[in-house]
Amino acid sequence: MAAGGVRQGFFTAGHVAVLVAFSVLLAFPFYWMLITTFKGTSDLYDITNNPFIFNAPPTLEHLRLLFGETMYLRWVGNTALAGALVVAITLLLALPAAYALARLTGQWGQRLGIAIFLTYLVPPTLLFIPLSRVIALLGLQDTIWSVVVVYPSFTIPFSTWLLMGFFKSIPRELEDAAMVDGLTRFGAFVKLVIPISVSGILTVVIFAFTLVTQEFVYALTFIAPEAHQMVGVGVPTFLVRGDVYYWGSLMAACLITSLPIALVYNLFLDRFIAGFTVGAVK
Amino acid sequence: MAVVETRGLTKVFKQGQLGAVNNVDLVTHEGEFLVFLGPSGSGKTTLLRMIAGLEQPTAGEILIGGAVVNHLTPRERRIAMVFQSYALYPHLSVYNNIAFPLKAQKIKKELHRKKVEWASSLLGIGGLLDRKPRELSGGERQRVALARAIVREPTVFLLDEPLSNLDAKLRASAREELEQFHKRIGTTTIYVTHDQVEAMAMGDRIVVLHQGYVRQIGTPKEVYDDPADTFVATFLGSPPMNLLESGEVIVGFRPEHFLPAERLPEGSRVPLRFRVTYLEFLGAERILYGSLAGSRFEEKEVLSRLPAAVSAAFQVGSVYDFGVASENLRFFDRQSEKRTQPKAIVW
Amino acid sequence: MNPAEQRAERRGGASAAPTGGEKPRARGPGGRWLGAAMFLPAILYVVAIIGIPFLLAFLYAVGDVRVGSVGYHFVGLQNFKSVLQSPAFRRSLTNSVIFTVGSQALVIVGAFTLALALRDKFRGRGVVRFLVMLPWVAPVSLGAIGWKWILDSLYSVINWVLVAMHLFRPFDAPQWLGRPTLAMLSVILVHTWHVLPFSTVILLAGLTAIPRDIPEAAAVDGAGFWRTLVHITIPMMRPILNVALLFGIIFTFTDMTVVYILTRGGPYDTTQVVPSLAFFTGILGGDLAEGAAISLFLVPILVVVAYLMLRVAHRAEVT
Repeated sequence: MAAGGVRQGFFTAGHVAVLVAFSVLLAFPFYWMLITTFKGTSDLYDITNNPFIFNAPPTLEHLRLLFGETMYLRWVGNTALAGALVVAITLLLALPAAYALARLTGQWGQRLGIAIFLTYLVPPTLLFIPLSRVIALLGLQDTIWSVVVVYPSFTIPFSTWLLMGFFKSIPRELEDAAMVDGLTRFGAFVKLVIPISVSGILTVVIFAFTLVTQEFVYALTFIAPEAHQMVGVGVPTFLVRGDVYYWGSLMAACLITSLPIALVYNLFLDRFIAGFTVGAVK
Repeated sequence: MAVVETRGLTKVFKQGQLGAVNNVDLVTHEGEFLVFLGPSGSGKTTLLRMIAGLEQPTAGEILIGGAVVNHLTPRERRIAMVFQSYALYPHLSVYNNIAFPLKAQKIKKELHRKKVEWASSLLGIGGLLDRKPRELSGGERQRVALARAIVREPTVFLLDEPLSNLDAKLRASAREELEQFHKRIGTTTIYVTHDQVEAMAMGDRIVVLHQGYVRQIGTPKEVYDDPADTFVATFLGSPPMNLLESGEVIVGFRPEHFLPAERLPEGSRVPLRFRVTYLEFLGAERILYGSLAGSRFEEKEVLSRLPAAVSAAFQVGSVYDFGVASENLRFFDRQSEKRTQPKAIVW
Repeated sequence: MNPAEQRAERRGGASAAPTGGEKPRARGPGGRWLGAAMFLPAILYVVAIIGIPFLLAFLYAVGDVRVGSVGYHFVGLQNFKSVLQSPAFRRSLTNSVIFTVGSQALVIVGAFTLALALRDKFRGRGVVRFLVMLPWVAPVSLGAIGWKWILDSLYSVINWVLVAMHLFRPFDAPQWLGRPTLAMLSVILVHTWHVLPFSTVILLAGLTAIPRDIPEAAAVDGAGFWRTLVHITIPMMRPILNVALLFGIIFTFTDMTVVYILTRGGPYDTTQVVPSLAFFTGILGGDLAEGAAISLFLVPILVVVAYLMLRVAHRAEVT
């Protein structure tokens, strides 16, 4: 954007400084998790040691502990399963809803779209108390099903909104042509619109899944036993024995869980922004 | 004095690829309306942007008012630019849009009102000063963009296809307004367009560009009647010039010069037999499609353009005596595609 | 090429008429019913999971419900009164405001700066974006626990650096999570750290929506970097700044995770915010009625924010 020679130089220097500062500030904790994961216990808990270097040789002890003696893998499995189920439910309900909003409703469509959007603003910290009772009454307390039932309440609005954006960018003429060729409206939806939108749907899948992994309040409230817990609650809660934090394993768990999610998320971020901006422009 | 001058101006975006602008030399005449004409990708916009200071040249020099300005920012070049979308500031009123350059140049606040009123009355938008851009029509927006450009009294106006966003009906009146504006103001103007009709109508001179190279610079008459190469010959004029290859030479003649024998002017001519294959009636004229029967060029389609004054009827499939006056033939070298001396050829 | 094609080429391809925008379309066969049928399951599900507990929250708050209680007694506004009178609640409300205002101020300024820096393409932008998105993408509880280690009372790496720089004596370095003011500061900073990438993405979308020739026109008109930023870019971003701010306020005011993980509300309730207080009272403490009453105090904020958002959305549509 900077035009002309003289200005450009100044802008770049400040530009670089800003980028470096933010990158360091935002990514540092993860770097720190990485270092802590491999630091020997005696090295870790010695105040006099320089924490930035390995004063004792690096160790795999914390990783061994994490994978061998904790339920970490169990939590990851629970979360993955819950995520898959929630995503399935979400797609089942959000795909038709988003299509209906994008195509089949006029004035109504606008209003309903906004209504769906507003439900997203009702926070878990308002609903969790009565919900805990409802979950208990339904007998889903302490099981993975409690979150599988509840999570769609926020993944559906979010996904519907995002899918609406993707569907709106498909020209109407395509479905019209299909209907002229003999498909019903619903048939056109299933056989034409969905296949075309695969990349958009994949984006929604990824983002809905990350919403599941990031959730904390409901999982904390509904699930108590260690074996059934999600990874986001299990790690900060159960890698602590009494008052003692097993920092090495804790940091390892944080890092190992966060990185894959971050990598996948970043791959789809551009698509997400595209869908997000289309959805926002009515 | 030359207002804008470029010497060997070149812009390469990607190493090893053909440049967007290649070695362009041009000199504007003071007060003229100079048009950069070419298809998309010809480099005309890049050239304009380099003159404005929005792109840095890879090589060559740009001079404004006799001084080299390569290192100067757009603001320091005392140019004004009107963008294709007009780029009006949507959150500012018309008044503040026009006043913006004055504020940016730190001109005293007391002078703002006078200058804005002067610029807006010049363009007849004095009554719109309180409106926002979104409340204006396309033509009104163009006038605001011009007012904003002129309020700084620049030495050069640069316009980047300002008419292409307007619908056809509006375009004609907006074009006329631009021409009037230029007559009134008299500032040297460089105008970019891909529309050859616009270029011919508005330009004092036209710079024809193709793939980053200047093909010809001349008045509308010069580029139309004496094209420097086959690109210029076919780009200007609709339908384009008929071109036929013969040995080392390409011979061309415009459809409006390819007439029934009895309509040809006195003087030397080339008689040709024309078999009509298709007719288009366009009201003020007719376009005949066909081929030169019994000639070497029988396979090639040639067009004839007949004004309504020629009322004779033509049947599809029949052959008629047509011809071209020798002075209307143009010859181009087959290899270089550039204009050459007339040659005798076998028809 | 056949003569017709030759002809078309000759005439120099008249520019295709631009396809008109969406015309109001008559609904296809079965349109109205189909639309409702496709839409209904989703909205019913969401309304059920959200609406029913929402109503229940009110019922609990005006009732006398504890975990394990069987009956229901209506007690009117008693719970609300006792909540409003409790010093713990008042303190948590103040804390919530400080927490929200503090972090949002930092987020808006930080996210805007970062969005500006990320707007134009440059080599390595992908890498920077990856690094910068990490706090938002990683589950917030894990990021918070990472910070808990970084801010640990004994082993904080920040303190080590401060001591090494001789700004503090060993064992005298700041207790980030142990002292009231520092704890609040830490909680604000960690939450800011978490939300900043999200707001950056929103603002970046807004920035890239500004057509390229507007800043160019400003440059030609003589505006430098700061003038363009203050007089052109920021005013044009107003709607999206509002959206980012409103989202941020909601997420921050209703969030309990950062506080829960870092300080559990301590030391001595100095970082307790309204949602975390509701959690401790209602879930851990078992007093569902009082917990519900506390969490209902979030509603006024949500209503105000929702209203403002709708206003902004409406205005954004008009431009």
